[in-house]
Amino acid sequence: MTQLSEFRSIQALGEALRARRVSAFELATDALRAARAYADPNVFLHIDDELTLEQARAADQALASGTAGPLTGIPVAHKDLFVTRGWRTTAASRMLANYVSPFDAAVVDHWREAGTVSLGKLSCDEFAMGSGNENAAKGPVRNPWDPERIPGGSSGGSAAAVAAGLVLGASGTDTGGSVRQPAALCGVSGIKPTYGTVSRYGIIAYASSLDQAGALARSARDLVPLLDRMSGFDPRDSTSLETCDGAANTAGRVQAAFDAAQAGFQAGGERPLAGLRIGVPREFFNEGLSAEVGAAVESALQVFESLGAARVDVSLPHTRLAIPAYYVIAPAEASSNLSRYDGVRYGHRAAEYSDLADMTSRSRSEGFGDEVRRRILVGTYVLSHGYYDAYYLQAQRVRRMIAEDFQRVLTSECDVIMGPVTPTVARRIGDNRQDPIADWLGDIYTLGVSLAGLPGMSIPCGFGGESGRLPIGLQLIGRYFDEGRLLALADRYQQATDWHQRIPGHA
Amino acid sequence: MDWEIVIGLETHAQLSTRSKIFSRSSTRFGAEPNTQANAVDMALPGSLPAMNRGAVERAIQFGLAIGAQVAERSVFARKNYFYPDLPKNYQISQFELPIVVGGKLSFFVGEQEHTVNLTRAHLEEDAGKSLHEHFTGPHGESSSGIDLNRAGTPLLEIVTEPDMRSAAEAVAYARALHGLVVWLGICDGNMQEGSFRCDANVSVRPRGQTEFGTRCEIKNLNSFRFLERAIQYEARRQIELIEDGGKVVQETRLYDADRDETRSMRTKEDSDDYRYFPDPDLPPLVVSPQWVEQVRAAMPELPAAKRARFEADLGLSAYDAAQLTLHRATADYFEAVAAALPAGQAKQAANWILGELSAALNRDDLDISASPVSPQRLAALIARIVDGTISTKIARDVFAAMWAGESNGDPDAIIEARGLRQISDAGAIEAMIDAVLAAHPAIVDEFRAGKQKAFNSLVGQVMKAAKGKANPQQVNEILTRKLNS
Amino acid sequence: MALTEQDIARLARLSGLRLDSSDQTRARQELDRILGLIEELQAVDTAGVEPMAHPLAAHQDITLRLCDDTPEPPQTCEQRDAGMANAPAPHQGLFLVPTVIE
Repeated sequence: MTQLSEFRSIQALGEALRARRVSAFELATDALRAARAYADPNVFLHIDDELTLEQARAADQALASGTAGPLTGIPVAHKDLFVTRGWRTTAASRMLANYVSPFDAAVVDHWREAGTVSLGKLSCDEFAMGSGNENAAKGPVRNPWDPERIPGGSSGGSAAAVAAGLVLGASGTDTGGSVRQPAALCGVSGIKPTYGTVSRYGIIAYASSLDQAGALARSARDLVPLLDRMSGFDPRDSTSLETCDGAANTAGRVQAAFDAAQAGFQAGGERPLAGLRIGVPREFFNEGLSAEVGAAVESALQVFESLGAARVDVSLPHTRLAIPAYYVIAPAEASSNLSRYDGVRYGHRAAEYSDLADMTSRSRSEGFGDEVRRRILVGTYVLSHGYYDAYYLQAQRVRRMIAEDFQRVLTSECDVIMGPVTPTVARRIGDNRQDPIADWLGDIYTLGVSLAGLPGMSIPCGFGGESGRLPIGLQLIGRYFDEGRLLALADRYQQATDWHQRIPGHA
Repeated sequence: MDWEIVIGLETHAQLSTRSKIFSRSSTRFGAEPNTQANAVDMALPGSLPAMNRGAVERAIQFGLAIGAQVAERSVFARKNYFYPDLPKNYQISQFELPIVVGGKLSFFVGEQEHTVNLTRAHLEEDAGKSLHEHFTGPHGESSSGIDLNRAGTPLLEIVTEPDMRSAAEAVAYARALHGLVVWLGICDGNMQEGSFRCDANVSVRPRGQTEFGTRCEIKNLNSFRFLERAIQYEARRQIELIEDGGKVVQETRLYDADRDETRSMRTKEDSDDYRYFPDPDLPPLVVSPQWVEQVRAAMPELPAAKRARFEADLGLSAYDAAQLTLHRATADYFEAVAAALPAGQAKQAANWILGELSAALNRDDLDISASPVSPQRLAALIARIVDGTISTKIARDVFAAMWAGESNGDPDAIIEARGLRQISDAGAIEAMIDAVLAAHPAIVDEFRAGKQKAFNSLVGQVMKAAKGKANPQQVNEILTRKLNS
Repeated sequence: MALTEQDIARLARLSGLRLDSSDQTRARQELDRILGLIEELQAVDTAGVEPMAHPLAAHQDITLRLCDDTPEPPQTCEQRDAGMANAPAPHQGLFLVPTVIE
């Protein structure tokens, strides 16, 4: 029987499927076996063979009738923050332990219509709050490169599943770095597109003005159809955009932009990136950045230079302020978004209570984990009377300053920004538990991009750690709506390097 | 101590859209529980709000009707508090930047015209309903059932300045506001179904004091009668409390109709902090001047404009014009009658509508739109008075017959069938008068002796002989001539 | 700026959370630490800067899109019951909650 592990890319598998060398059903059967046999039982939160095989059969029909597309029959999985019919959606929380949504998220609909075969729901940090996938109700997810270490978060399950070869693509959400950071720590490629290009309808809301769906896969080239097909205007989401600087926000836009950028690079011959200015923010190379990450990023930049790009020193002076600004805005919005979990209409209801208020507060306190409760309290605080202006409004002002920094740099000084994703390689599971803000400080390079709504990517660019086997990621930050070009740039790098082809030794 | 009562009203009018404000569930009243509550209304994980254009349009109409400013940019904000009939445990409302700012409403209290200034009006979503029947929960606890059909219905919250000074004024304002929103067609005004609900803010202060006293809010008054009684009780309660040396505590109260008193709602340790912030799921609402103009152009003539026109062009009194423009159906009826009459008869039309017609409608508990007497028929009746065919007195009998459907409701047919034609033939009247004078010499003598009342008596006798059908002016004239000769 | 016990109790109440006394102590400590981080914001000079509610506001004016007032058909009772399948205490098409006495 053909195994999924024989295929290292969506392109390769897609070709085999369309040539009928393998069937989607056969592949799905193998993928289910591998998922169930995988050493870390916490990666998947829900697997249902019949639901998966049903999708595989549909894919085979499309393949047989010649209506297959680039994603038909490709095994994927969804972060458990996207609501799905059939499979449970728990947000990795006890609060939603048995919840089954009557509707599918827009992203789930899009990927299904594109012919993907979903293997089930992937773990994450509870309600997307965390950077290590340790805040999942059922237990931490382990980094496939080193099971004692975190895979990153909040889309840790998604990154681990891709890194471990259990799927060829995974959906994730990125609110402050939750796609980019786990991608970096797990040695896979991940992208968070411009805010508003992918529908939030069906994503369990954490911080509405920051949440954006994203994708993870083995390479930038694999990410193209995944992101392209998940994108598009959705009238049910009032923050969804109809156009992207004039181009219609539909499937096809990202693909077309990717193709156009590639054509432009092709024309450059030996120096495909000639004329490209890469901004390197000096604030990203602060004292918090570990030497090994700095060195890996530096090497990556040199690869880009060898392809013809020019490096430009830029400044994002408010980089550090992204941390307090984000950790005011996100908890504030979260505290309100999570109010609906009260045990009345769905979700966990306490077994014992004295009255309505007691039922609500017990249900919520029993259902939510520590980090979630912490962020709700912070959020309530910064919105409360007397503090709203000093905290929430002030954070939104600082947000504008940060966005304007990026605008200025990306408009007049460079075409793309590059730098580290994380200050260090993956830490051990269990570290940092004493200090509630220790992990937060590690988000310094990714938060600003989310606050500004810009597209950001992470691609593997090296390894570090004592073992020398812990992945390091390079962050690429583009202008608004530039995700197609970012993917093309990343692809050029991946044509010249092979970091993205490394696979963890663990099965 | 001479006390002044200060009242401000907040009214929630359910807008007459067919779907909800942030979801496309139907707003139809009376459906089976939770059959008109979709994922958005139930606040299922992953659901998001999407704005109903119809709600915005109705808010614009209201703003124009009260001469307010329609904000070009307004913002939806979340009002956060926990309550089971509030599925998200926040209400999407508007806080710092509402869609309508300012405006005013004029109305009559008795013969006196009052104007109340409005602070603002904003859009928000309604909550669901709690049914407090005796349900039993999973642990045997006494339970209520939550129905979310109403959750998400669009509301326009209309807030006045504390301009009112009596319960009567507050009720008159509420009636005028009710009439206006129904006139515009933006709200069906059905108070039993909860389409129009008032909260009253009541405080008292010694007359002459400029500072306001501490106010209490009385919530959810859904009839004009309750509104009036609740305000009266509350004002009295506060005055008595202060006169007894106590202090009014700012709180929310409910009106108990059975006991005719207001009661404090369950106490909380401290007042709720709603933690308002702009809803990140909803970008700012922009209403362009062009849109406002389009709405203005499509609006019906407003009560104020109609009133002015009735006064200026048709010569009605301010009071009559105001009464006729309380309800659009009444104004339309009046205009139809006036149009069918020769010029200068509008006052007659007004009198008949505000008098006989109104009384008959009230007696039979009918809306003017269900009047058995159509405007054209009423105009025909009035025309018969104007042309002298019948007297006003006889006309009332004809009206009653028309109302009852005699002769198909046709005034001319009724007049013919009952032989009610006024006698205007001078000769015939003279003959009748002669007969009366001959038959009642004693009364004639009384008249000649200077008793004016005798004259009326003689007129009465003539009318009796004529079975009421003699033309009164002619009777008067001829009798006077005969008596003075 | 240290938080008091009353502050924590109030926050818990507004947040709909139940904190026992050890939770409360821990919450106080943690929130103090977090506030230490976010207080940095107050020192920033933001005079003349408008708060930004939508992430793309610096790039383009994002305004609220309006939908037609077209209602969905109401659900049948069967559809309604299926939609309420996650309810902890459904009864005759209603969500049951302990009664609040007003």
